Amino acid sequence: MASRRTFVKSLAAGTVLGGLGLWRQPAWAELGATQPAMLSGTDFDLVIGQTPVNFTGTPRSAITINGSLPGPLLRWREGDTVTLRVNNRLSEVTSLHWHGILLPANMDGVPGMSFDGIEPDGQYTYRFTVQQHGTYWYHSHSGMQEQAGLYAPLVIDPREPEPFAYEREHVLLLSDWTDENPNRLMSTLKKQADYYNGHKRTLGDFIDDVGRDGWRATFSERLSWAQMRMTPTDIADISGLTYTYLVNGHAPDSNWTGLFQPGERLRLRLINASAMTYFDLRIPGLQLTVVAADGQYVEPVVVDELRLAPAETYDVIVQPQHAEAYTVLAQAMDRSGYACATLATRHGLRAPIPPLDPRPQLSMADMGMDHGAMATTDHSQMAGMDHSAMAGMQGHPPTETDNPLVDMQTMQPSAKLDDPGLGLRDNGRRVLRYGDLRSRFADPDGREPSRTLEIHLTGHMEKFAWSFDGVPFSAAEPIRLTYAERVRIVLVNDTMMSHPIHLHGLWSDLEDEHGNFQVRKHTIDMPSGTKRSYRVTADALGRWAYHCHLLMHMSAGMMREVRVEEGQPT
Amino acid sequence: MKPFISLLLAGAVTHTAHAAEAMDHSMHGSMPGMDMSGMDHGAMDHDMSAGSTPLPTASQSRTPIRPVTEADRLAAFPPLHSGHESHDQGLNHYLLVDRLEWQHLDAGSALAWDVDGWIGGDVDRLWLRSEGERVDGQTDKAELQTLWGHALSPWWDVMLGVRQDFKPGPAHTWAALGVQGTPLYGLETEATAYLGERRQSALRLKAEYDLLLTNRWILQPLAEANIYGKNDEAREVGSGLSNTELGLRLRYQVRPEFAPYVGLTWNKSHGNTPAEDDDAEARLVLGVRAWF
Repeated sequence: MASRRTFVKSLAAGTVLGGLGLWRQPAWAELGATQPAMLSGTDFDLVIGQTPVNFTGTPRSAITINGSLPGPLLRWREGDTVTLRVNNRLSEVTSLHWHGILLPANMDGVPGMSFDGIEPDGQYTYRFTVQQHGTYWYHSHSGMQEQAGLYAPLVIDPREPEPFAYEREHVLLLSDWTDENPNRLMSTLKKQADYYNGHKRTLGDFIDDVGRDGWRATFSERLSWAQMRMTPTDIADISGLTYTYLVNGHAPDSNWTGLFQPGERLRLRLINASAMTYFDLRIPGLQLTVVAADGQYVEPVVVDELRLAPAETYDVIVQPQHAEAYTVLAQAMDRSGYACATLATRHGLRAPIPPLDPRPQLSMADMGMDHGAMATTDHSQMAGMDHSAMAGMQGHPPTETDNPLVDMQTMQPSAKLDDPGLGLRDNGRRVLRYGDLRSRFADPDGREPSRTLEIHLTGHMEKFAWSFDGVPFSAAEPIRLTYAERVRIVLVNDTMMSHPIHLHGLWSDLEDEHGNFQVRKHTIDMPSGTKRSYRVTADALGRWAYHCHLLMHMSAGMMREVRVEEGQPT
Repeated sequence: MKPFISLLLAGAVTHTAHAAEAMDHSMHGSMPGMDMSGMDHGAMDHDMSAGSTPLPTASQSRTPIRPVTEADRLAAFPPLHSGHESHDQGLNHYLLVDRLEWQHLDAGSALAWDVDGWIGGDVDRLWLRSEGERVDGQTDKAELQTLWGHALSPWWDVMLGVRQDFKPGPAHTWAALGVQGTPLYGLETEATAYLGERRQSALRLKAEYDLLLTNRWILQPLAEANIYGKNDEAREVGSGLSNTELGLRLRYQVRPEFAPYVGLTWNKSHGNTPAEDDDAEARLVLGVRAWF
């Protein structure tokens, strides 16, 4: 055990090298590193600055922590009080947010809510007591810095022994890198939201579909989409056309390798630190035993593949035995590219990289739009409808009505907890579903929620405008919770995209279809056409960010402040 | 793998037993010891899924929620100098050179342009539209419209502003009121009414569609019609349907922002409008489409 706790005093060196502009991979992510190195203890000095990088053959500048991308793995211990002095060497305000960590609001690192941010040449000291354990990550909450490289893994060792055993562990942090200026990505999407969709349907697809489904069905299907002004190939707003997908800061051809001895049990700490990318991860030849989600223990479930929404983390245990090398393949959800790494008995080995799966396409059913024609605003078409079919119709907040920035409303959403997800159904592999995640601990609160807040995820694809209930962040009032109350949040996805929804400072306790506590998470994935509910205990006072963790969606307005205030004494 | 799973399950049993009594421990996956090898597997017939076995509903949180202290209050609401930044009210802009083309005429050649651009937010935008034609080095037609566009619905904007004609004839100013929108995916339409000096009135209808042959080869049919309220000889227009243009352009997107094209257009004068020499004849066009 002690060997994987290598304590590296690399901080001073990292700072100097960073200052000199030398590119340095963190030791734990290095090709040759068999023993991951990290910064551990209770006292940390972190420096945020610019560092030259080269992932694609073109030199670029990244925003880094201590000169590395990803930043250093921080290893804390549950119960410790940690102090982190964060220095800003950028020419703009920066911040670090500890994703999924319970802490006082002024330590949460969200400029404009928790603090003022860290000015250029400034320093902010974070200090708080660590109340949890597991696999997490940390990242900038300022502008587009997260897209520019400002993210890193965070591991908290538990006080109590863990309910599973393993001989070795590796952190696998997935991310998406672009050579473009991240601010430019946003302005490009505002000009042409389908810019990065290089696989829109063509005349050839139409002819193929007519051949397969006939004129009538094909024409009707095309008309439904045309009336929605959408394309079913719109799976990811930003794709492999600009992204290079990384594992621990390594592009596929530089092959990050994690070592093992045959028969060893490996704990893989999987982190999706990407700005905009859903990853579907598998290791051909190995089964993944999922033991934790978002840092929380779950009943072990054995799968072949799992989907990581942005900001989610999973801990899996694998036991490589027969082969010398295994490929860790993380396909982008739209199949426009992949990140990959190798698990091997020694460096220099590679296993075959399997071909990417076919590109998925959305269906009307995926979006909860089984009656495609009703997607249009022309309600006259509903005149002849069977009223019994209307019973399950989803209601919508009045702020969505006549709202030019709400381009669709789902009609029959459902929890879809047993759905492996778009592009993962019937692929011959056992895929983790949200319904498989069962907490190892009972509902830590136990009260019935005293009230329900229904919030709709809304947007306009073509304008790349995103919001909750049709109201963007800057025009919205905070969602107010009373300290100590227990509420139920019901999310309804009124868009065609998936959204990972993250509430800072408070847990999101996902409920099953019957309203029972199922699993504790910090980020709840909301695929299109879903309606999911979770419980929140407002046990932390303050102003908390609540947003879609697709960076560009958050920036475009899909965000709220959740304000937990003390109730009036009665 | 089997002993490993057993270990996990054993953990669950131990855990479930502890869950109700001490939340702190349950959150840490409490386990008295790692060595479970001696455990009786028969003891594991319980419901292992703690999460799906609701405990009796509590009236107070099982995990104690501690009372708020003054220090908590200070930490929770620090004084701040500004709010959280958001791009949702930001200014964006787009300039589309939809057509910049050389046209082959029977009598020489023409250079024609059609430019559309906007600056603004998601709902309200300032639009610029310009189109015109130069024949043999002389500007034959040129106009500029400045419009305020307001989104009425997800797919329809109302447009209000002015149009200035520089050519043909003397300069002419119009007030403009119209709509533009997307009735179907890929189909862009405009209908604008104009009220000009000397009580002239006009209506312009425009539609274009992008047909994807592939994701790079795109066929764009286009139709435009101009209708006038009365004859205006200086500008060579007659009342009623005055002129129409049909176009078919095939472009190749080198990048989404830049696409050279080749196409054919048919311009035709109707009714009271004097016919030009090359009326109703197909013109070969070569041009580029670009946006910024």
